[in-house]
Order: sequence, then C-alpha cells, then structure tokens
Amino acid sequence: MDLHLMDAVATEEEREALDQFLGAPESGWEGGLRDARDAHTAEGGHEARAQRHLLLPALQAIQSRIGWLSEGALNYVCQRLTVPPADAYGVATFYALLSTVPRPRRVLHVCDDIACRCKGAAELCEQLERTVGPAYHHGPEGDHVAFGENDAVWLRSPCLGLCDQAPAAFVTVAGAKPVERLFGHADLAGLQRLVAGELAASLEPRGRLPQAGDPSLRLLRRVDVIDPTSLDEYRAHGGYESLRTALRLGPEGVIREVTDAKLMGRGGAAFPTGRKWEAVARQPARPHYLICNADESEPGTFKDRVIMEGDPFSLIEAMTIAGFATGCEQGFIYIRGEYPLATERLQHAIDTARARSLLGEDVMGHGFRFDIEIRRGGGAYICGEETAVFNSIEGLRGEPRNKPPFPVQVGVFGKPTLINNVETLVNVVEILRIGGPAYAAIGTPGSTGPRLFCLCGDVTRPGVYEVPFGTTLRQMLDLAGGVAGGRQLQAVLLGGAAGLFVRPDELDMPLTFEGTRAAQATLGSGVIMAFDDRVNMVDILLRIAAFFRDESCGQCVPCRVGTVRQEEALHRILAGRPRGGMDGEAALLEEIGVAMKDASICGLGQTAYSAVESAIKRLHLFNGARPA
Amino acid sequence: MTATALPLIPLRPARRMVELTIDGETVQAPEGSTILDACRHQGKEIPTLCYLDTLHPVNVCRACVVEVEGSRVLVPSCSRPVEAGMVVKTDSERVRHSRKMVLEFLASSVDLSTTPDVAGWLEDYGARPERYGPPAPPAPPGFRDSLQPGHHAPPDPDYAATVIQPVKVDNELYVRDYGKCILCYKCVEACGKDYQNTYALTVAGRGFDARISTEFAVQLPESACVYCGNCIAVCPTGALMFKSERDHRDAGTWDESRQTVTDTICPYCGVGCTLELHVQDNEIVKVTSPLDHDITRGNLCIKGRFGWRYVQNRPPDARGNGRGGDGRPRGSA
Repeated sequence: MDLHLMDAVATEEEREALDQFLGAPESGWEGGLRDARDAHTAEGGHEARAQRHLLLPALQAIQSRIGWLSEGALNYVCQRLTVPPADAYGVATFYALLSTVPRPRRVLHVCDDIACRCKGAAELCEQLERTVGPAYHHGPEGDHVAFGENDAVWLRSPCLGLCDQAPAAFVTVAGAKPVERLFGHADLAGLQRLVAGELAASLEPRGRLPQAGDPSLRLLRRVDVIDPTSLDEYRAHGGYESLRTALRLGPEGVIREVTDAKLMGRGGAAFPTGRKWEAVARQPARPHYLICNADESEPGTFKDRVIMEGDPFSLIEAMTIAGFATGCEQGFIYIRGEYPLATERLQHAIDTARARSLLGEDVMGHGFRFDIEIRRGGGAYICGEETAVFNSIEGLRGEPRNKPPFPVQVGVFGKPTLINNVETLVNVVEILRIGGPAYAAIGTPGSTGPRLFCLCGDVTRPGVYEVPFGTTLRQMLDLAGGVAGGRQLQAVLLGGAAGLFVRPDELDMPLTFEGTRAAQATLGSGVIMAFDDRVNMVDILLRIAAFFRDESCGQCVPCRVGTVRQEEALHRILAGRPRGGMDGEAALLEEIGVAMKDASICGLGQTAYSAVESAIKRLHLFNGARPA
Repeated sequence: MTATALPLIPLRPARRMVELTIDGETVQAPEGSTILDACRHQGKEIPTLCYLDTLHPVNVCRACVVEVEGSRVLVPSCSRPVEAGMVVKTDSERVRHSRKMVLEFLASSVDLSTTPDVAGWLEDYGARPERYGPPAPPAPPGFRDSLQPGHHAPPDPDYAATVIQPVKVDNELYVRDYGKCILCYKCVEACGKDYQNTYALTVAGRGFDARISTEFAVQLPESACVYCGNCIAVCPTGALMFKSERDHRDAGTWDESRQTVTDTICPYCGVGCTLELHVQDNEIVKVTSPLDHDITRGNLCIKGRFGWRYVQNRPPDARGNGRGGDGRPRGSA
C-alpha cells in the first residue's frame, strides 16, 4: 500500500488524545518527530497494517476528547495506524456517534424511537425545537463552523435502550475527562438544563428491576440485590461456582451440558447454542475467538443492559466458560456505544477478575489462558448483526458479510469465532449450576429455560421480566401491571422493530419459539411493547420505516433502496395521496417487502418489512378510514 | 528390477466435479466454482451488475440471485460455490420478482442511461420504475457528500428519492458522475485490495446516503488517486468515464458504430501491457485492456491509460474537429 496522507495537521489536543490511547509515536514514520534515524529506516508491512483493528477505538479516543474528527485528526490516526485516509473516512462516516463535521463538545442525543414516542418523545423534540433551536444539522455549506467551549447541540437519536425509563436521552461531553450519561424520564426542563451545561440536576435515579429479589429468578437473581462492583458479593451469591464446575467437566463436558440443556440463542435467530459451540470447538484452525454480542440496539430492547449493569461478573464468568469450552483465548465484548454505565461496570469486572486470576494467563490455576477486551460500538444498529460485528472489530465499515462461510468457520480476523448474545451466555452459568437436564426441564420441550422479556410502552410497570418459557403474552402484560392507566390495548409489538404487531385478541399466544412460530409471530430479542388506544399507529409505523432507512448499511440494493421506497409509500398514504389508491400502495409495499426479505444480504433488510406487513395484515391499519 | 513409468503429474490437479441440478437439469460443475459459473456454462443468462470475473465478488447488487432448495432466502449466484446435490432454480417466480425489484429500485434512483444491457433486463423482468413517482430534483453540488449517519429528513411524498447530482469534473483525465452510481463497490475494490493498492476511494456514509468518496470528499487531485483509471475499466454504469468520452457524449458526437478498436502494446515500459485503442474519427477516445489478458487483467497505469495524447499531437487544423492539438476544445485553458 502506498500510504498517501493529507496535508492537514492535527492540533496538539488531537495528538494528545490519540497518543494517550496508542502511546507516543516511536518514529517520524508514525507521526513523531523526524530524526536522522528515520531517513535510514522504514516502517510498514504486515506489522504496521495489522493495527487496523485499532481504527475504531482510535477514532473514538479523539471523538470523546474533541467532539469531532477533523481532517488533521483523521490524518494523524491514519499515520499512526497505516490506514489510507479514504478508508478511515469511510469508517468514520459509518457511525452516528462519530462526526466528521464540526460538533461542539456537548451533544445531547434525544431518543424519539417507538417506546419513547409512547411517552411523548416526539412532542418533547418539538418543544426542544421551539425553545432551544432545531436539531443540529451540518449542511454542505458550513464547513468551517467554529464552536465555543460551552456550546451545545442536540440531535434526534434512535432507541437508546432505556425504554423502561422513557423518554430517554444520552449526553456526551467531550474533553480530557469525557462525560457520557444515559438519562431516563427526560422532560423539557431537564433537557434544557443539559443543553445549558448542567449535568447533576437532571440525573434521575436508575430504574429498579421490578422482580428484584424474587427467589424464583435465575438469570436476574443478583440484579439489584448485590453490589455490581463487588466480586466478593458476586462470589457470596454463587458466583464462579459454574466456572469451577466447567473446569471439572472439561470442554467436552461443558458442551454436553449446554447441548443437553437445549439452549437456543436469545439474540433473535434461536440457533441451538450447543451445536454452535461444538462446531467452533472442532475447528482445526487457530486461534479461536469468542465474541459477546452486546450491541443491543433493537428498538425496545434493554435486557442485556440490565444484566451488564446489574450483574457484570456473571457475563465475565459465562464468557470464561465459553472460552474454555470452545478453545478461545481471546474474547471480545462488543457493546453499543450508548451504554456507558454498562461499559464501565464490565471494565471494572474484567479488571477485578484479572487481578484475582479469574482471567488472564492462568485462570483459576487451571493452566487455561483467557482474557476479554471490550470494544465499543459507534452508533450503528447494523453492528449487532453477527458478521457486521466482525468487520467493526477489524476496523472496517460495519457491513454484514455474506454467509456462507459461517462465523464458526471464518469469523473475526478470518478465524473460527463463537459469537453469542449476552442473555444466551449468562444462561450457561445457570446451566452449569443446575445441570443440563435440569435446565431442559424448565419451560417447554421446544423452548427450554428462563427467558427475559423487555416490557415497555404503555404498561404500568415497564422493565425486564424473567419468566420460564411458555408464559403467555397476556400473563406477561399482567406481570407488568397491564396497560397503564387502565386504558384499552390497541396492539403489541413483539420482538422489536424487526418483529411484528399482534392484536389484543391474540394475547393467549404462548411466548415460546414454537408457540410464536405457530402464530406466525416471533420472539425476536424479547421485546413486548404495548400501545394503548391513544397511540397513533401510523406514526409508530413511520418511525419504524425511518429507523430501517437510517440504519441500513447501504451495501445491498434491496435494503438500501427498498427501505427508502417503503418509507415513501407510507408517507404517501399519510399525506392522503396514495399512488393507485390504498390497495395499490399495500400491493406495492408487499412487493417491496418480499424483495427485501428474499434478496437482502442480512437480517436487517430481511426483517425491514416485518412490522409494516403485520400492521397491514394483522392490524388492518389501512383498511377503512384513511389515516388523518 | 523393472522400471515402472511414473505417472505424469499435471501442473494443476484436476478439479473434482460436483453434480447439481439447475432448473431441473442435472449438470456437472468443477468444485469451487460458483453457481453463476455453472449457469453460464449451461448458457443460462443471469443478469449481473456488481460482478466481474477479475474482481473478488461482493454480492451487493443482488441482480444475480437464484433460489436454492433448503435456503430460507435467495442466494447470490455470483459468490455461492456449487455443492453436490444442490437444487437451483434460476428463473422461478420468486427469483424473477426479486430481480425485477432490484432493477426497479436501481432504475428509479439512479441514472442508468449509460449502463449496458439494463434496458433489456428492465423489459424482460417487467420492471416499472416509474411507479415510485417522479424522480426528485437533482441534489445541489456537495449535498450528498455532506450527509451524516443518523436521522434523515422525512421524504417528500410527491417524489421518489434518487442519487442524481451534478457530475464531478476536477481533472483532465476522467469524470465522476455519481448520479449514475449503483454502489457496486467495483471501483473501491479495483482501487484498493483487488488491484491497485492505492485506496483512494471508499464507500462513505450509510444506507441510501452511502456514496463513493475520497477522504472528506476532497477533489481527486488532492486525493491519493494515481489516475490508473482501473476504476473506469470496471465501472458498470458509466459513472466513471474518460473525460474524452464524456466530452464527446456531451457534444453529442459519441458514436460507437464509428469507432475501431486497435490492439497494441504499451510503449512505455517492459511489462508489455496490451492496450486497446478506441478510435473515432482518427482520434483516440479511450484506452482499455482486455479483462482476460494474462498480464493486465484489464488494468493499466496512468501512462498506458491516459498517456496517448502525443500520438495525436498534430497542428490544430489537421483534424478539423474544432479541437486543439491537445485534444481540448479550442480556446480552453
């Protein structure tokens, strides 16, 4: 590669931000001071290019210090990591939390996604527009905008994973000591204070787990019971007993227990976990990698955040077990960038575990080496797709890969990779605690074990609930106190934006893989979002369509253009100017949707029509009266 | 001891053949080849846009999708290797529908006027791109390059969104008309890992706002571009075009029926790249190299691709086409 850098020069502060992350440059080739030695040496080759995987964290280091990525800053990153500037620009423009145009240090991201919409987020944004000013938009003309130290802007954000405390907001303040915080129960006054520079004033208490302390809990039993930063409390509550059991059973024994437990992946695809583990363990190529997919970005989903914030050690223990069973020495947690508290707690847990030899060169004195590194997402829903995670970790654009080859054969860095969702992994701790067969006895024969559901929208007590598989939708809604304010239920969104709507007369559907399949529904990521009779469902549908358009990576034609055409058709209906009448638009939407489902590369495009389809076919949303 | 003849070892071991079914016919295909290879070997026409023999398949256009029994979704034939016992349908209702929609999506959002073959495919598959509404007015200069990931402006219900934008002319050698870009990634691959290793081009932005870009969308002369023109050679839509061809097209004088193609060897260095000189009215209008050429695989460098002006360095009046000896319109700087 002939690295051709730009002429732009990084500021002192930008250099400092990156040097803090990468260490000081070792030579003039890497952007340090040139000396006589540099004239006689050259750096490059595989070793220099092998740093590519540090690109996203490097960009994040500057973003969190300065607030945006200038040409000089990007240039310096490229020089340090031997990455072509165009490539780095392609990566930087892929992530919504990174900015390649000037942004002030203080940015307020206000969620206006579906769950928050039920709680007035759209109106809140309108009020912000009127009082604070329009959401920040950087047009082609404003290239040399300069912001003062205390300036602030606000932006609309997709789901922030705080749906139990809607409406939610996320504030980032760049600087030497960057601040990142998620806020729930946002109101106009609080948001105005955030924009004005106050932080503490708007800090709301975190939502509490509704079932906290319930003795029947398995996955959530320690959440809001123990101090999440205390390894001793974790161990006093049964922590690390499962890892001990795993070391006793040996890798094959662990896989047998997981297989006997009939554990199915909880990320949405419901793939048998034991089979996946076995496939990775058997791969002759080395090394093997383990990835915990914590990029929980499905609108309405927040269960993984609750586990990571409330019981971080359980995830670390689960990953250690998975690494042991499948022959991985390196694990990654790919966590979405909007979860600062969970990231902090996990990092603390990793550091503590390492200090106590529960991670590192010799785990539990058993001669087994395993360590975990956290990688943060940059604001891209698509990076929750398993192969997009690989590309994102490798420092590429987070575009999904074509399958086959499957991750178990060719995953991150081209090596066999085990990738599991947070909830799936923590189930393993429980499986080893009680044994595979005992675990398989929980739930139904086709869907074993406990399941986490994210109750949100118009329910009385939103939050994460753990129940054995087989609980019906009605029972779940009752558990959350039913529809808030005793109002009439209009519809339930099952499985998130990629899921589908069901009617109030379908509530006896058992929430199992087989039960939802029989009802032509899906559990997806476990979202149960209720809408009462006041909600404008067309508005919700438009938001879902806009979400998929925003979050499409743009790689394949059916999704890149299909999500646009789908949104346009819905807007024509809303505007009262349907082409070819309502029936014409419904037929067109179906044609678009089928092509997206059949021909898209990944699950995003394949499910982008799902909610719209169910709104038309199940809710009969566009039959009869034309929407206002 | 009797001498036994050693078996002859072929240079490349013969590839095992696998048997699969394509549209009801049992066919044999070499292991490791793709469904597309097998189909083309059978003489079956499958439309492709982002596929090129000489590039690593990216399977993004999805025009080549086929139905494979047992697969939940359609599969891209350009990249899926054949497997024994595979049952492939290349022309089923499902396949035809997705291809029609892909063609409609592209034709309704991109200017395909210089894309070869696409008009025929649109007709074959019954695509009606006009049903998404009239195309939105072209974006102002620089607008699409400024788009940031995140929330987008709500669509205008009276128009179908497009990528139409002003053509980028920032050098004397080639132009970039991204209103014609279907985002097939070919130029990025040719510029980067597949051939040139220059990495001047990238895909920037996300979703419908994704576009081919240099770093910070700087003009080509400021970028890492080395003007090898290998991106032009692989562009399937004419979004990337020799400036000489574009000037002719804009003047309405581009006429392939009047062109001849002359094969020659590049005179500049000892590699010996084959050049195809496309000549119209005794004037070289563009230079290519054959894709199946062992040395070039269709690639050239700036000298072979663009360094031919001296050939027609004649007194201005000798050609009588209103152009100066340097090929530029007379009177231009």
